[in-house]
Amino acid sequence: MDRPNPITKKLLIGFLIALGVGILIPQITTDFTTYQFTLAISYGIAMLGLNILTGYNGQFSVGHSAFFAIGAYTAAIMIEHFAIDPYTSIVIAAFAAFVVGFLFGLPALRLEGLYLALATFGFAVATPQLLKFDAFEHWTGGVQGIFVPKPEPLMEGLSADQSLYYVAMGIMVFLMVVAWSILNSRSGRAMMAIRDNPVAAATMGINLPMVKTTTFGLSAMYAGIGGALFTYSSEFVSPDTFNFFIAVYILVGSVIGGIATIPGVIFGGLFIVFMPNYAQDLKLFFEGTEGPWAAVAGVVPPPWAIFGVMLILVIYFVPFGVWGGIERLWAWTKRRSAG
Amino acid sequence: MKLRTLLASAAAAVLMTGAASAQTVGVTDTSIKIGNTSPYSGPASSYSVIAKTQIAYWKAVNAAGGIKSADGKTRKIEMISLDDGYSPPRTVEQIRKLVEQEEVAFTFNTLGTPTNSAIHRYMNAKKVPHLFLATGASKWGHPEKYPWTIGFQPTYDVEGEIYAKFALENVENPKIAILFQNDDYGKDYRDGFLRGLGDKAKDMVVKMLPYEVTDPTVDAQVLEMAASGANIFFNVTIPKFAAQAIKKSCEIGWKPLHLLNNVSSSVGATLRPAGLECSKGLVTTQWQRDPTDPQWAATDGFKEWAAFMDASLPDADKGDINYAFGYNAVKLMHHVIANCADFSRPGIMACAANVKDLQLPMVLPGVLINTSPTDFYPVQAAQLSRFDGTGWALFGDIIDASE
Repeated sequence: MDRPNPITKKLLIGFLIALGVGILIPQITTDFTTYQFTLAISYGIAMLGLNILTGYNGQFSVGHSAFFAIGAYTAAIMIEHFAIDPYTSIVIAAFAAFVVGFLFGLPALRLEGLYLALATFGFAVATPQLLKFDAFEHWTGGVQGIFVPKPEPLMEGLSADQSLYYVAMGIMVFLMVVAWSILNSRSGRAMMAIRDNPVAAATMGINLPMVKTTTFGLSAMYAGIGGALFTYSSEFVSPDTFNFFIAVYILVGSVIGGIATIPGVIFGGLFIVFMPNYAQDLKLFFEGTEGPWAAVAGVVPPPWAIFGVMLILVIYFVPFGVWGGIERLWAWTKRRSAG
Repeated sequence: MKLRTLLASAAAAVLMTGAASAQTVGVTDTSIKIGNTSPYSGPASSYSVIAKTQIAYWKAVNAAGGIKSADGKTRKIEMISLDDGYSPPRTVEQIRKLVEQEEVAFTFNTLGTPTNSAIHRYMNAKKVPHLFLATGASKWGHPEKYPWTIGFQPTYDVEGEIYAKFALENVENPKIAILFQNDDYGKDYRDGFLRGLGDKAKDMVVKMLPYEVTDPTVDAQVLEMAASGANIFFNVTIPKFAAQAIKKSCEIGWKPLHLLNNVSSSVGATLRPAGLECSKGLVTTQWQRDPTDPQWAATDGFKEWAAFMDASLPDADKGDINYAFGYNAVKLMHHVIANCADFSRPGIMACAANVKDLQLPMVLPGVLINTSPTDFYPVQAAQLSRFDGTGWALFGDIIDASE
C-alpha cells in the first residue's frame, strides 16, 4: 500500500513557501481580509476531519456541522459561564467533540455507507433544534445565542484579528502534522485497510469497531476545533448559525480540495470563504455598469448554484480534487521530462 | 527591516489621511455611502425585494439630483446591499466587509432577527449606526445598552399589548386562552400581551399552551382551550397552525373573541385554507396599507408608491406587501438624511432618534413615526381590523402602545 501524502523534498519546499505566505498574509492585508482567512482556516480544519473519516476510513458523514457546533458552543459556554481562557477552551471543545463523535460512532458501527450518511444528516438537522431546547437555554442562551469576545492579542503590535489568525494557522499546521503522522502509522494503515476491504481487515486482526469509532471521534474533534476557532472569529454563536448549510460547506470544500488529501483542505477552505464573495463582487460590478454589460449581472449565478455546479464538475472531471489534480499534474510532467 | 519601514510608512499614511479629513467615514459633501445585508439567496430570499426596492429608490433620488440636507449640502446616496443568505455568520462577514472594507457611514434596514443578533454587539463596539432594522423582535430598542441600534416596525410585543388593551375594553369578565409558538417570536407576543393585561393577568388567563413548530397539529391544544371555557383566544401561530386552530375551533363550535397575530393575517395563506366562513369575526392588527386593499387606491400615499413602482420596478408584483415595507423604510431614511445637519456618526444617530410625527406613504393614515433619544421604537401604533368574510375591514381608532 502506498504511503499517503509521501514527503518529498519538493513537497517540503512547497510547504515552507506556503507557511511563509501564510505568515505574511496579515502583514500585507487588512484586518477584515485576515479575518476571512481565519474563517477559511477554521473550515479547513473541519474539512481535514472529514477527510480523515471519509477519505481515509471510508465512513460517510454529511453532518459535520453538528460537531462543528459542539466545538463552537463548548468553547463559548466555557468562556461565558466558567470564565475559562479562550485557548484552554479550545482544548475542552476538542475533547467534548471527540467524546460526542466517539459515542455517535458506536451505533453508527452498524450502519454502512448510505445509512451512516443519513444518520449524520439527521444529527446535523437536529442540532440547531437541540440548541434551542428550553432545558439547555441557561447554557446555550436559547435562540438568542452567546456573544464571545475575540481573544486578546497574544503579542503587542498585533491586532485581535491578526493574533487569532496566527493562532488558527499554528493549530492547523499542528493538526495537519498530527493527521499525517496518524495516517502513516499502524493505526492509519488500519483505517485505510477498513476502507478498502473491511472483511480482509478484520481477518488480519484489526479491531474494526475500535478503529472506526476512534476515527469518528478524531474526525469530530477536528471539526470541533474548527468550530471553536470559527466562533472566536465571528464573535457570536446561535442555533441558526449551525444549520445544515454549514455541513454542505464542509463537504463541498472537502471534495473540491481533495477528499483523500491533507493539503487539499487549504484550497477547500479558501474556496468556501472567497468564492461567494467574488461571485457577489462580480455581480455588483456588472450591476454598476451602464448599457449592455449591466445585463451580465443577471447571469452571474448565486453562490449555491456555483457550489452545486462546482461539485458536479469536480466529481466528474477531477474526483481527487484540486490537490489530487496538482499531484497528478506533477507526476505527469515528471514522466514527460523523464521520457 | 524592510517590512518595518513599510509598516511605518503605512502607519504614517493612515495618520495623515486621518488628520486631513475630520469627516465621517463614508460621508463627503456630495455623497453618503450606506449598506445593508439582505437574503438574496437561501430560505428567506423572498424578503430580498425589500432591499431591491430601496436600491431602486436611491437610484431614482440620485437621478433627480440627490438629497438636500439641513446642512445645505446636496448628496447622492450610494447603497451597497450584500447577500447573507439569512445565515448569521455570513451576516457578520458581510457587515464587516461593509464597515471595514467598503467604509460605509452606517447600515440601514438589515434584515432578520438571527442575522441582526449576530452583529448587534459588533455595530455597537464599532460605534457604527445600525439603523431601522427589518425585524419585529423587541430587543432593538434599548438605547441605554445599545445606543447605536434602532428598530423600525412595530415589535411583536407591542402588537401583543394592543390586543390586550382591545380585549380588556370589549369583553366583560374576560377569560383568556393563549396559544403560542415556543420560540423568540411566540414569547415576544405572549409577554407583550401579558404586560398589556396588567396586574390582573394571572386571574384572567385560564389557559396558556405552547406548541412546537415541528408539531403536526394544534388540534389537541384547541380542544383543551375550548374546554377551559375561555371567551378570548389569543392565537400566536404561524399561518399553517393558525389555519388549523381557526378550523378546529369552528368545527367544535367554540366562538371566543379570536385575536389572530398579524404574522398570519394573510387571506391566501391562512384564512382561505381555514375556510372564509369560519374566519368571519377574526380580529388582527395592521400598520401598513395593504396594496391589495382597494380602499387605499385613491390615497396620495398609495399613488406616490404606485407611481414609483411603475417607473422604477415595472415588472414587480405590486400585491407583495414587502415592496410597500421597503418603500416605507427608505422614505423614513430619506426623511432622516434630509433633516440632518450633523453627519458625524453620533450626529446621524441623533438625527435617527429625532423623528417627529412622520406619516409614511404606505403606513396607515394616522400611524405616525416618532423617535427620541429614549424611544428607539419608530412604529408603535396599529389599527385593529376585522375579517368580514371577504376582506379585512379596519375599525376603531389607531391604538398607540407607547401611551
